Amino acid sequence: MLKPRHRSVALGALSLGLTGALLAGCASSSDAGGGSTDTATITQEQIDEAMSTPTTIDFWSWVPDIQNEIDLFEAKYPEITVNLSNQGGATAQYQKLRTVIESGDVPDVAQIEYSFLPSFTLTGSVLDLTPYGAADLADQFVPSTWSQVATNGGVWGLPQDAGPTGQLYRTDLFAQAGIEPPATWEEYPAAAKAFKDATGSYITDLPGNSFSPILALLWQAGARPFGFDGDKTVTIDFDSDEVQQVIGFWNDLIQQDLVATEPQLDDNWYQSMSNGSYASWLAAAWGPVFLQGTAENTSGLWQATELPQWEGAEPASGNQGGSAVTVLADSDAKIAAAEFVKFLNTDPESTLKFATEQFIFPATVATQEAPEFRDQELPFYGGQKVNSLFVDINATVAEDWQWLPFNDFASSSFKETLGAAITQKTDLFAALDEWHAQLVEYAEQQGFTVE
Amino acid sequence: MTTALARTSAAPRKRGSADRRKKSLAAYAMIAPFILVFVAMLLIPLIYAGYLSLFKVQLVGGEAFVGLDNYLRALQDQKFIGGVLRMCLFLVIQVPIMLGLALVFALALDSARVRGGKFARLAIFVPYAVPGVVATLMWGYLYGKNFGPIAQVFESVGLAAPDLLGPQNILGSIMNIVTWQFVGYNMVIMYSALRAIPTEQYEAARIDGAGQFRIAWSIKIPSIRSAIILTLIFSIIGSFQLFSEPKLLYEIAPAAIGTDFSPNLYAYNLAFINQDVNYAAAIAFLLGFCIMIVSYVVQLSTARREKRERKAR
Repeated sequence: MLKPRHRSVALGALSLGLTGALLAGCASSSDAGGGSTDTATITQEQIDEAMSTPTTIDFWSWVPDIQNEIDLFEAKYPEITVNLSNQGGATAQYQKLRTVIESGDVPDVAQIEYSFLPSFTLTGSVLDLTPYGAADLADQFVPSTWSQVATNGGVWGLPQDAGPTGQLYRTDLFAQAGIEPPATWEEYPAAAKAFKDATGSYITDLPGNSFSPILALLWQAGARPFGFDGDKTVTIDFDSDEVQQVIGFWNDLIQQDLVATEPQLDDNWYQSMSNGSYASWLAAAWGPVFLQGTAENTSGLWQATELPQWEGAEPASGNQGGSAVTVLADSDAKIAAAEFVKFLNTDPESTLKFATEQFIFPATVATQEAPEFRDQELPFYGGQKVNSLFVDINATVAEDWQWLPFNDFASSSFKETLGAAITQKTDLFAALDEWHAQLVEYAEQQGFTVE
Repeated sequence: MTTALARTSAAPRKRGSADRRKKSLAAYAMIAPFILVFVAMLLIPLIYAGYLSLFKVQLVGGEAFVGLDNYLRALQDQKFIGGVLRMCLFLVIQVPIMLGLALVFALALDSARVRGGKFARLAIFVPYAVPGVVATLMWGYLYGKNFGPIAQVFESVGLAAPDLLGPQNILGSIMNIVTWQFVGYNMVIMYSALRAIPTEQYEAARIDGAGQFRIAWSIKIPSIRSAIILTLIFSIIGSFQLFSEPKLLYEIAPAAIGTDFSPNLYAYNLAFINQDVNYAAAIAFLLGFCIMIVSYVVQLSTARREKRERKAR
């Protein structure tokens, strides 16, 4: 046995080694800047040849039951085999994806959320699908989803789903308080107060553990806090009137204790949703079906409607979530992979299956308009045609929203600054400044030019 | 493995040197698998991480050699320093409580006055057998504000439930989880050391008129000092390495924990969220040095004390 004094040193070294090993697994030496663009257009003969050659495509996705759609593809192209692997959710997948991108041994196809797509185009990790005929597909998709994948002269993936934000509310609780769900933000504070006075509960919950909800509200108000030119310049603008307006609005509600600020989508929140602690949820289009599962006991008491609007503005909304399917730049079966992505997200049967069996809110116009989807009546919402409502909301989502090419950091620093202020009900403006400072510092450290 | 080494070195030296060489060859062959894994899984990654820590890679602009810049940056990084200080606070409060409890339990079980001793031993040890992730998820549920049983008990007697996942209480809540988990482990180490004490000493003490407490204080505790120090060193390292508890609780209480709660969590987030692997490597190395220094200081001070006491006798 080692002598005690040596043992401690050995243990220290061991601890160091473990962290070291963890880090060494993901050494970074990426060649930064610009997506990979290959201009030569692929001909139909090349596609036919590729699709009749036995090929295996590796596909990373976290979407439940996506094997259904893969089966459709494999039935149509018997020579192509798709190997699906689930890396354990979106966040885990991005981390692993970055690691394998370093090693060069990448999957051919991967699911990536719109908000994370720029951080993968930045490193040239995803393939521009323009030469593979993707640009011709533009008009099949809803404009606000297409604009998320077609940026800076390339098409970096095809949209699979969208998350336009609406409002789900408890009809019984509003009736109990004797008010209607407010149609404008101007009416909202008074309604929140009336609701709280009458019931003791909150009209809604603004969570601080995810920036999607507040960003969707900024998106709706016309604020464009983020920008990225595809090269080296990022825009981080929190000073615009729209940002100040939205933050000020929620700051007032929070300081007056008129809205709850609990983290969303955790056990506590599920509990609150089913026991009527909040009368409404500012939910994305994937929310209605999701809520059915978490608040079963309140079936029939819910209704869906648009977000409250700003007076004098055109009806608008913002997205929460939504993802694209991309082909990796280092894929060794690019043509087959691109065809697979096209099939998955444009084939009518495949997209309709996603929409009606997996309840993924579709990104294609055809599926959004398909009666099987649009006219679905949900008993949980008293038989309301909720999909139809969200399709209409989706049409009001502006196209020009952009994400930062370092969304992981933006999201985690939000939680420490603005998100923490929301949760702890402290001054949102001070926290917004802090978030801004952290984003600028990080961007500059990483070599970006900040505007 | 250690006993094998001890035996070879203790082998009689009268025989020929060829024989000895054969024996040492066998010894090398036996430790080879360990050395191989040690080098591949620990030494090489360690060296590689050290190498990485000397570079800076930007998302835009590529890679550059920066020497010790990452280390200098870390030493001025409030988030890193804050994390280390938080872990020091954790150490100073949690470790004495945990080891104190473990010692009390071990002594109680050893005194054989506890009925159902075997059951009690198992019951105290069981939390250690629960995987850390499961334990943290379970406690996260127990701490919950709306649905957690702790909050419900408070509410049923008409008191305001404390926000156990709030920023003021989260450190205490994590201390509680870690204590719950590791008391049994430390108790078992101490208990087995207690069982190894020759019982003649107790008889002699009893003849001299010592009671149970006197025996515990003057014989048992001094006799198992090396076991206690072992648990202390393990606990110090464990404290600085705190990771999975804050990592998991971060999901339900991000405002209270933050990405820099513990140095290990900070290094993880730097590497995988900020995509700054190089700086994370430097943080990991500095944390390793911190642990070595603290462990060494503890070793040294206890060794000195022993020496002093031996001289006093």
